[in-house]
Amino acid sequence: MTIDWAAFTPWSALAGGVLIGLAATLFILLNGRIAGISGIVGGLLNPTKGDIAWRLAFVLGMLLAPAAWVLFTQLPEIRIEAGYPLIVVAGLIVGISTRYGAGCTSGHGVCGISRLSPRSLVATLAFMATGFMTVFVARHLIGA
Amino acid sequence: MQKQLIAAFIVGLVFGIGLLVSGMANPAKVLGFLDLAGYWDPSLALVMAGAIAVGVVAFRFAGTRERSFLGEPMRLPNRQDVDKRLVLGGLGFGVGWGLVGFCPGPALVALGALEAKALVFVAAMLAGMGLYELLERRRS
Repeated sequence: MTIDWAAFTPWSALAGGVLIGLAATLFILLNGRIAGISGIVGGLLNPTKGDIAWRLAFVLGMLLAPAAWVLFTQLPEIRIEAGYPLIVVAGLIVGISTRYGAGCTSGHGVCGISRLSPRSLVATLAFMATGFMTVFVARHLIGA
Repeated sequence: MQKQLIAAFIVGLVFGIGLLVSGMANPAKVLGFLDLAGYWDPSLALVMAGAIAVGVVAFRFAGTRERSFLGEPMRLPNRQDVDKRLVLGGLGFGVGWGLVGFCPGPALVALGALEAKALVFVAAMLAGMGLYELLERRRS
């Protein structure tokens, strides 16, 4: 393992993480809910009465984050190297498996681990493991 | 109800800004973390550390309360069982995550930044979530 010191951004990573933690804090303390993105979005596809508006409000907030950002400064780089076919496949996989696994990086990785939930710890270890493996296969075995 | 909606909007906004600040809205940076065998960018680990450090305190406090500050029930998950669906779902998610570098939150933020590829990713993700609902309905 070689650490990429040029790419490593410890302070902005920590600061952004604290903001994400703060968002999760506000959500549980104000609305009594877990800030898990896949669950919030997924719930829109099985809508029940009175359970839609808050989900849309949350998603709208996320979508408008870049717009709020550009009021103050230039947007950071967003580089998506994958081609469209791979993006479609990855999107489908992420959609279906986050629903089966009842969470993603936010619900399990941040909120679940903060709650010391054994389920979330297992889920996080699982997606980290296959995340590492997938990139290893894509970059070092198939090799670009 | 109005207050809860405003709160949800603000939480989404703060979450999205946190993702932008942390660099995690950029799939290339996420893949830099997942590429252990290449030049490794540990940033994502610090994002999680920062978020969890705050979250641990918040959820511990939340556990002592009957209701939220806006009078909502505390919807804290209480399942403890590790089942096949959880593990397979987690394993599958990691594959999709590693293919492009997008998980659901950053994909939404990148869509908000008007990235065409993020639009396609989110559309495919919604299709996958819809497929899950269909399969669940058939199961029951």
